[in-house]
This record gives sequence, C-alpha cells and structure tokens, in this order.
Amino acid sequence: MTFKFKNVYLNETATVVGPYENKGPLSKYFDKSYDNLYANEKTFELAETKMLNDSVNILLNKMNKNSADVFLSGDLLNQIIPSNLTALEQKIPFLGLYNACATSMEGIIIGSTLIDSEKVSSVICATSSHNCSAEKQFRYPNEYGGSKPKIATFTSTGGASAYLSNTPSNIKVEAGTIGTVVDLGITDVFNMGAVMAPAAASTIEEHLRTLKRKADYYDLIVTGDLGIYGKQILMDYIKETFNIELTKYNDCGVMLYKLKDQSVYAGGSGPVCCPLVTYSVILDRMKRGELKKVLICSTGALHSPTLVNQKLSIPAICHAISLEVVK
Amino acid sequence: MDKEKYQKIVDKNCPKENVGINAVKSFLVGGFMGILGQLLLDIYTTLLDIPTKEASTYMIITLIFVGSLFTALGFFDKWVSWANCGLIVPITGFAHAMTSAAIEYRKEGFVLGLGANIFKLTGSVILYGVVSAYFFGLIRVLLFGG
Repeated sequence: MTFKFKNVYLNETATVVGPYENKGPLSKYFDKSYDNLYANEKTFELAETKMLNDSVNILLNKMNKNSADVFLSGDLLNQIIPSNLTALEQKIPFLGLYNACATSMEGIIIGSTLIDSEKVSSVICATSSHNCSAEKQFRYPNEYGGSKPKIATFTSTGGASAYLSNTPSNIKVEAGTIGTVVDLGITDVFNMGAVMAPAAASTIEEHLRTLKRKADYYDLIVTGDLGIYGKQILMDYIKETFNIELTKYNDCGVMLYKLKDQSVYAGGSGPVCCPLVTYSVILDRMKRGELKKVLICSTGALHSPTLVNQKLSIPAICHAISLEVVK
Repeated sequence: MDKEKYQKIVDKNCPKENVGINAVKSFLVGGFMGILGQLLLDIYTTLLDIPTKEASTYMIITLIFVGSLFTALGFFDKWVSWANCGLIVPITGFAHAMTSAAIEYRKEGFVLGLGANIFKLTGSVILYGVVSAYFFGLIRVLLFGG
C-alpha cells in the first residue's frame, strides 16, 4: 500500500547512543552518548528506557516545545517496556507500536497519516533498542557470550526520535509504503539479513511500481539492518525477481559501525539502527544538499523464539518512507 | 521465487565459517583443560595425600569454582566466544552457563528471577544427564551384573 502525503514535514530529530555506536564512524552526528551500557541505570531495560526518554527530551528542547499532540513509539522488548515507560514520563497521548526493526518507519507512516488527516498537527515518532536487553530476551544471558557466525548482526543500542508536523521545514515526508509480511522459509535465527531481504525487495518494488518511479529516481535508497551479506542478498534477489538494479543503495547496519575494527559481525541491527543512521548522517547530507530524494526502508524480522522453537520459519516486513528536500 | 531458489541466493552470498580453525582451537583448549584437570588431580593425590576418588571430586569443584569466578569477574564470556567448545564442553562450560544466567536474572529477584532462571541453559544438561545415567546404569546391571 503506497500513498503520498500532502503536508507533512520532518522538523527535527534527536539521537542518543551507547558506547559501541559512539565508537563508530557516525559519532559526531549523535546528540548524546553513554560510555556504559547501563547508562547509569540498574538494568538494561531501564538503560534502554533512559536513552529513549533522553532522545524525546532532547527533541523537545531542540524544538523549544513542551509536548506534541501524539507520541508513537515502539521497541523490541516484551510489552514494549521502554516505550511504555517513556510515554508515562512524557504524558503525551500515546500509541504503542511493534513491527520489530521496521517500527521506526511504521511510526513515521502512521504519524504522517494522522497529520495529513488534519486531526493532529504534530507527532513524535520514537524507537529504541539495546544490545543487552535484546540478547537477554531473544538469545542467551549476556555473560554467556556464546560465539556467533559471521552472518549474525549486532543489535544496536540507543534511542531515536523525530518530530513531524504540518509546519513547513526543509525536509518533506513525501510518500510512504506499508509493506506486507514475507516469509521465504529461513529458519536460521542468526541470518536475519536473509530473513528480511525478500520483504525489503517486495516493499521497494511495490513503492516504485505504484509511484511509477525507477530506482535511480532516488539519490539514495537505504535498508534498515540487513548487514553486509543481507545487502548482497537483496541486490541479487531484487535483480532476479523484479529486474530492479539497486545502484545508489546502502544499508544502515553497514553504515553505523566500522565493520573492520568493531566486532559487530555483519553489521548493526535492531529497531534503532535505521533511525540512528537516518536521523544523523543521512539528514545531514540532505540538509547540506548532497542528497535530495531518499527512500528509507526499515526492515524487520518478526522473530519470535517461541515460533522458531516450534520449527516455524521467520516472517519479515519492511516499511518505506520517501523523504525529500524542499526549499 | 520458491524457497529452494532463494536459499541458493542466500548460500551464494553468505560466508563460510572457519570450521577447521575453530575445531583446532577447541581441540587445543579442551585438551589443555584435560591436562589442567589431571594436574589438579595429581596435586591433590600426591601433595595433599587425598584418595583418588575424593581428589577427582575436589578437582571438579575447583574447575567449577574457577569457571564461575571468571564468569562473575566478567571476562570468561570473551574466552568462551574465542575457544567455543574447548571451554563449553568441559565442566567449566556448565559452571559458566549457570553463573551467567544467575547474573542476568538476579535483578528480577532471588526466587522468580535467579531461582527460576539459573538452569535456563543447563536444565537440559541435568535432565538428559540424569535420564541417560539411569539407562546406562540399567544396561550395566543387566549385562554385567552391576
């Protein structure tokens, strides 16, 4: 499902990261960083909450506002703990989201639709993830440290928020595509890039076909967290299935870390990976005029340890947002 | 695209694991653990004059203690990631799996957190260890008369 938005602008963004992300190539773009994974809190869940809440506070400070009409937020944890606690703190009318690592663009699509309906005038869309709280919930205890294959990705730590409204700014939320769930039978819980690549291909194809655009219409197409191998899989798969050549393409998971120096396997992942890269270096390049039209495709593996233990394969989804520089 | 065809694209783009190097690493580290165990056993029997049967229990307890301590001190997970089965298969792996789960869930309380989750990884080892011990014991009694 693809549609254009009439009057929605991305006014401001805020990013808060953990120590690994701050040692990556994008460190100068982030608003705040913590040098410890606990973010001076007692548990990883509270650390993630703190980073998410910090990002909302920084965002409101930058906007010089106290609140927004609606708060849309989601994360990876059971019952979306960090989002709920942040919503409790912020006292903004709240809708909780879950689409795993595709949550960030899901939020932007819903927020933009609300603003275009003229029922609300401003929305904060936020997302978070934390390496240790995710490992604890989806895999093994953190101190266990079982070894992982090269294809595994590394859940990124941080909180990211965006302020959308009908007040014009130089970044316009131009169009959005709500993806469908795709499952091509991958059961390997470490190979999330292969799980998500078909979903990304399906969403990108649908987006380009509906809007009658070619892939090179965009100055940059990015996927959320396919990792270095998933990126190749997507390029091969989309070429073979839809005959789309992705030339100006990159993956946020690959951009977030120094893959050679940091032990992050195939790259970053997690709901916050895509917005951390988008709201930092990509928006910066748009503001500096290097990029004019960008398609952000956040990819989510709808992974549940229960389903995998019951021998089912992992479904995936991808949502896309087209951002444009306007004068 | 069907699943088999997609799997081919995936296989083509995914790197192979260094199975050979990993196996050699695990073999050497695991072998070193065996030597360490034998060394402890010898120390306990010769220097401390403990009977062999009791000394092997002391040796196991020592390795469990050291494994747990290193896990608690926060660096054993890095060793395990490097040595893989060389440290997971010996008794140190069992100790490490229990201690890491205990550390992780301690913050959710002693009963519902630590108590309920300490055997999260090792529960299977205990269950199937006891079950197989029962059957092997039974076979031994039936074939060799005890």
